[in-house]
Amino acid sequence: METLSFEFPAGQPPKGRALVGCVGSGDLEVLLEPGTAGTLNIQVQTSVNGAEQRWQHLFQRLFQEQTPPALNIQIHDFGATPGVVRLRLEQGFEELGHD
Amino acid sequence: MSGLQWFNALSAGAAPVAGLPASLKVADGVLGEQAVRFIAVVPDAANRFPRARQGEVGLLEGWGLAKAVDEAIASGDQRPIIAIVDVPSQAYGRREEALGIHQALAGAADSYARARLAGHPVIALLVGKAMSGAFLAHGYQANRLIALRDPGVMVHAMGKASAARVTLRSVEELEALAASVPPMAYDIDSYASLGLLWETLTVSQIEQPTADDLARVSDCLVQAIKDIQNSGVRDLRGRLGAVNRAASSHVRELLREQW
Amino acid sequence: MTDLLNRHSFVELGARQRAKALLDAGSYRELIDPFQRVMSPWLSRQGVVPQADDGVVIAKGTLDGLPVVIAAIEGNFQGGSLGEVGGAKIAGALELAAEDNRNGIPTRAVLLLETGGVRLQEANLGLAAIADIHAAIVDLRQYQPVIGVVAGSVGCFGGMSIAAGLCSYLLVTREARLGLNGPQVIEQEAGLEEYDSRDRPFIWSLTGGEQRFNSGLADRYVADDVAQIRQQISELLQQGLPATQRSRQADYYLARLAELDAAPQIEPATVRDLYQGERS
Repeated sequence: METLSFEFPAGQPPKGRALVGCVGSGDLEVLLEPGTAGTLNIQVQTSVNGAEQRWQHLFQRLFQEQTPPALNIQIHDFGATPGVVRLRLEQGFEELGHD
Repeated sequence: MSGLQWFNALSAGAAPVAGLPASLKVADGVLGEQAVRFIAVVPDAANRFPRARQGEVGLLEGWGLAKAVDEAIASGDQRPIIAIVDVPSQAYGRREEALGIHQALAGAADSYARARLAGHPVIALLVGKAMSGAFLAHGYQANRLIALRDPGVMVHAMGKASAARVTLRSVEELEALAASVPPMAYDIDSYASLGLLWETLTVSQIEQPTADDLARVSDCLVQAIKDIQNSGVRDLRGRLGAVNRAASSHVRELLREQW
Repeated sequence: MTDLLNRHSFVELGARQRAKALLDAGSYRELIDPFQRVMSPWLSRQGVVPQADDGVVIAKGTLDGLPVVIAAIEGNFQGGSLGEVGGAKIAGALELAAEDNRNGIPTRAVLLLETGGVRLQEANLGLAAIADIHAAIVDLRQYQPVIGVVAGSVGCFGGMSIAAGLCSYLLVTREARLGLNGPQVIEQEAGLEEYDSRDRPFIWSLTGGEQRFNSGLADRYVADDVAQIRQQISELLQQGLPATQRSRQADYYLARLAELDAAPQIEPATVRDLYQGERS
């Protein structure tokens, strides 16, 4: 198990918070909460060691398409593939938009 | 065999209770000046259920315990119930699962819990193994848990070999982890650190109690009965409070605040 | 077929969604929600990734107007195993529900059981929490029904199968399995001939929801459909306490077991005949 931290430039914090996923095999849990304007903080606790670069690239690709809202994101990962991670994050952002 | 030895020693001269499976030893005796019911699960080589011949708690034992405790409740005198615990495991078998061993064990837990709620002081005396489902059915509903301090006395959810396999570790890795994670450990001192025991006692001969051993244990049981009667508390809150079980208290506090 | 198409699977829902699906619209209120991050103090130090709610959802609300607390176990997190925090959430909620009743508030409880039992990484604290859950069910059950639901797909095993046996009513689906010992543990302890853990039809024939219902070890057998499960739970809640609690029938079960020829290995039909007699 490894704990990783990431930071990205962001816009304004959203009003609401969201939870998606579950710490089940091949899945992950994502908690999204309003952060400080301008900053997106991500903390990842993952069962897969040595994957920091992969997380970094995945987040970079995701956030270069569109500036994310200012959030504190906590991820509990149980071996999710990049595709599943991306899907869960998109779900999380969408749920934030609903509130 | 500690269970049978301690049952015999504590219940010497007591009236045995009939009408129960041979794997149960039940007797109405006296502790101090108080009438009490002693209950033990013991090996029965002739048990009709082959997977329950070595002291395991199986179908007959679960329902039999329920009956033995129900009879004590029916007496209406709130007599203390002393569960002498030396149970290596629940019975693992096809007949057991098919015939609902979970329901038989629920019967036993139900009766012990109702006895406690009805004001019977219920005490579990751990003189050997107190494993998993077997302990849940026979002893874990007691107001007070008392353990003898001996390497043969242990409380656990699963035997070492099985636990290692299920958690994908070697027995050595499991033991190393257990040394640093108190709830995973197999020794009685680690268990005591969880705050679940009311008392631990040292005896000189756990397999064949001496007169001194018997006197010490009897005295402790009498104290426990008084403690329960004086407290007036019929639930299990007395088990909370240890540092190694702090989350159990914290969760309850938060639930109460948010209820 | 139209019936099938109109169904909404309950089994496929996570613990939180299940609790939401059962409670009256707008009445759902979660206690110790995941954002409070009351997580297992034992998993991380063993290198196991925790979950923010420790795999247990406690929600208060109403079900067809009746006050209920739901405890839902997330079967996808660590096999629904109970550790210190998740176990204390369930026990504590049941304890408060009993206290409610002593104070004149008729809170009922519904337990959504998808669990392998004790979480071995927290072994003795899981076991202790399950003993607390047993104690609290027996206490609450004096006032109001405690309803157990085993929907699947994990099933209900270990110490929590005893909790299921203590419930006032038990509701199962075809996907449900209910048994004390998991198939692999039995095979390991007793051998392949005794119990083949890979033979799924065999396991379901002995411990599946349909067999448990037909043997009188469950009270309702329901399709995997949110509306039907909700309806059945509601009916059981309205019904109040059962005339006889299944776990209080020691004399009945001892008499049945005395009639059994225990020598041959057992068949599912034998259990149905033995326990149901005239009803089968």
